[in-house]
Amino acid sequence: MTEVAGAQELGKEQLLDAYRTMRTIREFEERLHVEFATGEIPGFVHLYAGEEAIAAGVMAHLDADDYIASTHRGHGHAIAKGCDVKGMMKEIYGKADGLCHGKGGSMHIADLDKGMLGANGIVGGGPPLVCGVGLSAKVRGTNQVAVSFTGDGGSNQGTTLESMNLAAVWDLPVVFVIENNGYAEATSTNFSTKGLDIAKRADGFGIPGVVVDGHDFFAVYEAAGEAIRRAREGGGPSLIECKVNRYYGHFEGDAQTYRAPNEVENIRQEKDCLMLFRQRVTSAGLVEDGELDRIDEEVKQLIDESVEEGKASPEPGEEYLLTDVYVSY
Amino acid sequence: MARRITYMQAINEALRQEMERDESVVVFGEDNVGGTGAPGEDDAWGGVMGVTKGLYPHFPDRVIDTPISESAFIGAAAGAACSGLRPVAELMFVDFFGVCMDQIYNQAAKFRYMFGGKAVTPMVIRTMYGAGIRAAAQHSQSLYPIFTHIPGLKVVVPSNPYDAKGLMIASIRDDDPVIFFENKVLYTMEGEVPEEPYEIPLGEAEYVREGDDVTIVAIGRMVSMAEQAAEALSGEGIECEIVDPRTTSPLDEETIFESVENTGRLVVVDEANPRCSLATDIAARVAENCFDDLKAAPKMVTAPHTPPPFSPTLEDLYVPDPERVAAAVREVTGAGARA
Amino acid sequence: MSETQQLSKLGMPKWGLSMTEGTLIEWLIEEGTEVSQGDEVVEVESEKINNVVEAPTSGVLRRRVAKEGEVIPVGGMLGVIADPSVPDEEVDAYVEEFQSTFVPEQEEAGGPEPASVEVNGRNIQYLEMGEGGVPLVLIPGYGGDINIWVFNQEVLSAERAVYAVDLPGHGGSSKDAGDGDLDFFVEVLAGFLDSQGIEKAHLAGHSMGGAVAAAFAMAHPDRVASATLIASAGLGEEINADYIEGFIAANRRKEMKNVLGLLFADPDLVTRQLVNDVLQYKRKDGVDEALRTIADKVFPDGKQAGVPDVADISVPVLAIWGDKDEIVPVEHTGNLPDHARIEVIEGKGHSVQMEAAGKVNRLVSGFLAEQD
Repeated sequence: MTEVAGAQELGKEQLLDAYRTMRTIREFEERLHVEFATGEIPGFVHLYAGEEAIAAGVMAHLDADDYIASTHRGHGHAIAKGCDVKGMMKEIYGKADGLCHGKGGSMHIADLDKGMLGANGIVGGGPPLVCGVGLSAKVRGTNQVAVSFTGDGGSNQGTTLESMNLAAVWDLPVVFVIENNGYAEATSTNFSTKGLDIAKRADGFGIPGVVVDGHDFFAVYEAAGEAIRRAREGGGPSLIECKVNRYYGHFEGDAQTYRAPNEVENIRQEKDCLMLFRQRVTSAGLVEDGELDRIDEEVKQLIDESVEEGKASPEPGEEYLLTDVYVSY
Repeated sequence: MARRITYMQAINEALRQEMERDESVVVFGEDNVGGTGAPGEDDAWGGVMGVTKGLYPHFPDRVIDTPISESAFIGAAAGAACSGLRPVAELMFVDFFGVCMDQIYNQAAKFRYMFGGKAVTPMVIRTMYGAGIRAAAQHSQSLYPIFTHIPGLKVVVPSNPYDAKGLMIASIRDDDPVIFFENKVLYTMEGEVPEEPYEIPLGEAEYVREGDDVTIVAIGRMVSMAEQAAEALSGEGIECEIVDPRTTSPLDEETIFESVENTGRLVVVDEANPRCSLATDIAARVAENCFDDLKAAPKMVTAPHTPPPFSPTLEDLYVPDPERVAAAVREVTGAGARA
Repeated sequence: MSETQQLSKLGMPKWGLSMTEGTLIEWLIEEGTEVSQGDEVVEVESEKINNVVEAPTSGVLRRRVAKEGEVIPVGGMLGVIADPSVPDEEVDAYVEEFQSTFVPEQEEAGGPEPASVEVNGRNIQYLEMGEGGVPLVLIPGYGGDINIWVFNQEVLSAERAVYAVDLPGHGGSSKDAGDGDLDFFVEVLAGFLDSQGIEKAHLAGHSMGGAVAAAFAMAHPDRVASATLIASAGLGEEINADYIEGFIAANRRKEMKNVLGLLFADPDLVTRQLVNDVLQYKRKDGVDEALRTIADKVFPDGKQAGVPDVADISVPVLAIWGDKDEIVPVEHTGNLPDHARIEVIEGKGHSVQMEAAGKVNRLVSGFLAEQD
């Protein structure tokens, strides 16, 4: 019998939900990888494949009215926070029925009703925003928590460091999650971030900071649980650094010549989060393979439909150009 | 007669009344309390110039000091605005926008459009602008044109206490991000201000003075420069009409055009640097829309294209004054005028 | 001094507390024209509306001293009226002497200022001028305030104490308009009279203020010496609903100028200042709600509601109307009791007390004198 950290507090339904979330993200991203290559998807897409355990592990603790701020690599966060998958796909195709009526696109997918403050095209854009949400929760006396996701690149932005300090001095119900996938665009963390773990920076702000394996849903789940509980109970902010890998380039079309040969293949074989999750829950006898297989099939169908509908969905009419903003001239 | 208070008191009163009316209004910025965590008095400063003084004792949970971290707390204003508050954040001097502009123009300004109308961002950024107190190059600029350029932002530049109060209340109640420019020289200006809360709609210019010979469009502190010039020119038989846009975004072009159609002449007085400014913008819009009514080429009176200098002698030369306004008016009414 | 009888200054009038100067718009008569006291001589732009200055005495307009377009301080000389027998040199000397010694009144010189009193839990703003006699209480109409009496109050206060009152929801009074119906306003008015220790007063109301005066006179005939109903509501069902709804809806200068234009036979009389003053009032918190509440009670569905049988009014009544009234039809005077005196002024609109201030003042003054 294998030890499964954190699994005790997760019921079977929750385990299946977590798996479905991760599988949905994976299928969504793998499919985008294929579809982007056809040239039908405009602009940039930054894929989250490989990092699913982080989104699923954190979001498992968040309620519908909690908020997250995301990054340009935001599809996974949006799916895990409950954004409509088909609406997301339509948005990525730039269509009128997309989540943002085709005015945001992949880098700005947002749904405030779901507590998703948006993917963000600016590296380090999210941390200040969640400070505001945390302040809002505190002033209004709600129980809400806000989580920002930032990459290793964003961890070096002044906004992130300023926000950790602000959250600490304002004692806000905020969690900073650093997704350290080893590369800021093409620049290695080994170059851009000297010395210790990014999580150690928490010490400088007087807040707790931990490092977890971002491939391991249960490790993320446990660390996030503690940080989010602390935030909700008035214990202030925390920092969680998740060490992880991305399966694709910075964006689609990135030849990734800066990476080692077989780097991704090896990670896929040894540390894939879906694989690890399946091994653990089935070997612990918590879930059967067939149940997970069924989810795989359902998710595949959902993504097939999403792509189909995304392509068939109408373009935004000219009138969309001038709505949702004050326009003079 | 009606009560008279200063421009600064008018802003303070607007903040207090809105905080009383609406519990979602919060005020924060560097030293907005100005004593938090220190051994002495709470509310010691109430803002570096004292604009928020006296709010903290009334609303101790909603007037908050910040570390000197503009990008964090201006960004926090955007996040708070998206999640149920109406923050009024203070960017002490607008010259500091360089350290937090991303939060303003890439985040707050864009949410509503970029998210397909699903977000509202009801936040106000209060900020000081303008030369005149010998504060030198990094504390004296008039940078409202930069913000006026950005879609999604509203930009307010009040010229007197009455407008300051009504525009602040309207700004707080507005669902878009508003950049509220306070002129530091005008803080001590007195004027009649009703005690009751009231709104002045964003995007409505005011006729400050009526006249048939020249339209002077003047912004912020330049309104009083224009008024002094107009008073002097009236003695020479030149009657100036002064239009104060009050907000540069939205800009009430209709009123400006209406006035120019009547006078046929335009002088724009703008304390900002001359290139890509409100002066160039208004002159261009008038040229494009009122060309047939114009009897002379529009004239711009602005600061020179230099940083604000420190030396009092130089600074006084830098800011447009009534003499320069009057000279421009004489020029458009005199030689070179078309039939 | 016989000189003053022969030579009279035509001066810039002071229309309202804040007026310090006025612009001469147009001379209505040539130099050398014979005038009678009360004739319209010159048009002046004040802060509220453009208005005419009447001849203070009979004689000949000997000099047009101020030019069209010129800004003259209050009390400054516009022209000279004198007997034709006075030699030109004497007229010139009179002008010269005046101009060399005239000092405009300082703005600070404290005239009467509006005061406030609490009535039934609401703050009521009022302006008191003059003293003695049976007091006169001026009641503005829907959306109006004490400033609508700017051309009347000071003149009428020469003979008695005159109070102008802002109704709840209006002017400087509390914006809570209670039930917003006539009964409510009657109650407030009674409370106001009590607060000033006034047992009995003459009432004069404009438009909806007239309806309040009429309703008050029927409810408390013992407290009313007379009722002057100017372009009064409350006498019939008809009302110009476009004005009421337009007034509520207007939030921009252009809209408001058009709406206010309906009050005058000559809509060009409306100044930007009047438009701004009304907008400043309308933009205060609670005003739109108060106006809505009152309109729904007093003018529901485009008609006046609960019009009493005014034929029963027992106190002396003077009704004054402009025949060009676009808001309340002049025909409503037909519903008044037989003892009512009815005066219709030609060529003037709803705000006849502003548009024909001199005539209205003389009518009211004469009528009140008869009642005392």
